[in-house]
Amino acid sequence: MKLVSLPVAYMPLVDAGPLIVAQEMGFAEAEGLSLDLIAAPSWSSVRDMLSFGRVDAAHMLSPVPISMAMGLGGVSTPVSAVSVTSVNGNVIGVGRQLEDHLRDNGYGFDFADPFKAAEALAATGGKPITFGVPFPFSMHVELLRYWGAGTCLNEPGLEIRTVPPPLMASALAAGDIDAFCVGEPWGSVVVEQGVGALLLPGRAIWNFAPEKVLAVRTDWAETEPLLLGRLMRAVWRAGRWLSQPDSRSAASEILSRPQYLDVPAELIDRALTGQLTVTRMGEQRSVEHFVNFHEGAATFPWRSQAKWIAARLAAAHKPDAMGNLGPISEVFRSDLYRQHIGLSLTDMPGASEKLEGSIRHPLAVASTGGQINLLPDRFFDDQVFDPTLVD
Amino acid sequence: MSAHLSIVVVEEDRDRALGIVDALKDSTDCEVHVVGNTSGLARKIAAFAPDMVLIDIDNPTRDMMEELTLASGPLERPVAMFVSGAASGLAQNAIEAGVSAYVVDGLAPARIKPVMDAAIARFKMVRQMRNELQETRRALEERKVIDRAKGLLMKAKGLEEDAAYALLRKTAMDQGRRVADVAEALVTAAGMLR
Repeated sequence: MKLVSLPVAYMPLVDAGPLIVAQEMGFAEAEGLSLDLIAAPSWSSVRDMLSFGRVDAAHMLSPVPISMAMGLGGVSTPVSAVSVTSVNGNVIGVGRQLEDHLRDNGYGFDFADPFKAAEALAATGGKPITFGVPFPFSMHVELLRYWGAGTCLNEPGLEIRTVPPPLMASALAAGDIDAFCVGEPWGSVVVEQGVGALLLPGRAIWNFAPEKVLAVRTDWAETEPLLLGRLMRAVWRAGRWLSQPDSRSAASEILSRPQYLDVPAELIDRALTGQLTVTRMGEQRSVEHFVNFHEGAATFPWRSQAKWIAARLAAAHKPDAMGNLGPISEVFRSDLYRQHIGLSLTDMPGASEKLEGSIRHPLAVASTGGQINLLPDRFFDDQVFDPTLVD
Repeated sequence: MSAHLSIVVVEEDRDRALGIVDALKDSTDCEVHVVGNTSGLARKIAAFAPDMVLIDIDNPTRDMMEELTLASGPLERPVAMFVSGAASGLAQNAIEAGVSAYVVDGLAPARIKPVMDAAIARFKMVRQMRNELQETRRALEERKVIDRAKGLLMKAKGLEEDAAYALLRKTAMDQGRRVADVAEALVTAAGMLR
């Protein structure tokens, strides 16, 4: 069979796994596709390559298609998030100076409790803490701001600066930032280089945060529905494969190759197994669903997730957009997901919106085929986000 | 707006930066500042209050500049990447050439075009040189491997150099692979058997 070659951009991160695995493990080939995977040097270049047609699909930060629809940032080509590709997977950490200070104050680096972590940080001096994040429109920024506003960090406040992940360690060492929020493996790289320690997994702030999406140009989705369906199915199967414990060693090996992440497989394994080394003394912490590629309808693009992100972006950058976020949330294409994945591969949730933050325990809900299980999506402060309030 | 444009070029390599500055000054009446890759890039750039910022698309520090596009960002005036309707062809050319431009809102397209044309031409040339250099390096590497493979065959099978190369080429053709790949496989295998 002659394969159709499809150019796809990604950033070298553990959560680029579904795209890389789709190509390497033959899921793309089974759909008649060959993914021409292009590692991008920055998120802005991923966005530009997609917008200007250099690639047809991309691994993208979940808030980027939404920010583009809201006219934030430099480029406004209509882009669709046709599927979520990973839920959670970020870490929040601190540089050596704060780490030592926290340890002297008796902080135990539990890697679990957002209130304790905030109290410990606030007790270090009462100056605003500067966090490095990879991109101004990212789940990293939203998680940090949400955490900062809901804890005693609100008083000293936190400042957020953009630092490319590979430069995070040197920015910490140079004292340009005090702390960071970044996707794996870059947090583990910071620990490995001895320049900092990890405080919290992203999921301690929000149990079920849509982290990356599969993004395509909206007009491409309309003109190439068959190719899109093939791509979506290949990536969905790759995510299911990645979620199986037996796949983890093979996945770490594949991702560690020089043309992909080019870091030791052992560092990648930490994120995939949820066994993270949080300090340079080798203290280990275990996190269930540290990064989730499949379970609990992880790849379903909930409109309510899009609305939560849109509401956060509007509050920060565009207050007059608040109250009219329904149309914007439609860049999360639950319709296309139902059409291409739902009909052939899996059972779907019956609804496309949920009360974000309301699920405390694994929950069976009505689905197209009977019932499916959803995983907890709790916010650390127990707030519930009602998506109908921002339409 | 002042008579001449104020442009910031983000470039670490001094020679490359000088080349770009010259090309821009030839194209239009402008004042050009060069900034290296540093942390807090957006704030450093904002201090120059430029009309345009040019940066290599492959520069990983580019994401720092995205802060310029925020209304709450460090610049007084909002910035867009250069994509306004009439000029979308220009934006595409720029991306192909490997330069991204951030332009302050309200700057007339007629003033942007000559600058962009010069920048595109310059970046294209640099990119071409970079590609050629890579290609030359690769060809050199491959020649070395092929020479080693030939040497191995000559020793093991008592062949002349021409016959050794012919054998490599025939094997490559039979298997539908490149000569360099067959040579590489042979060298690796020989290393393991030693």
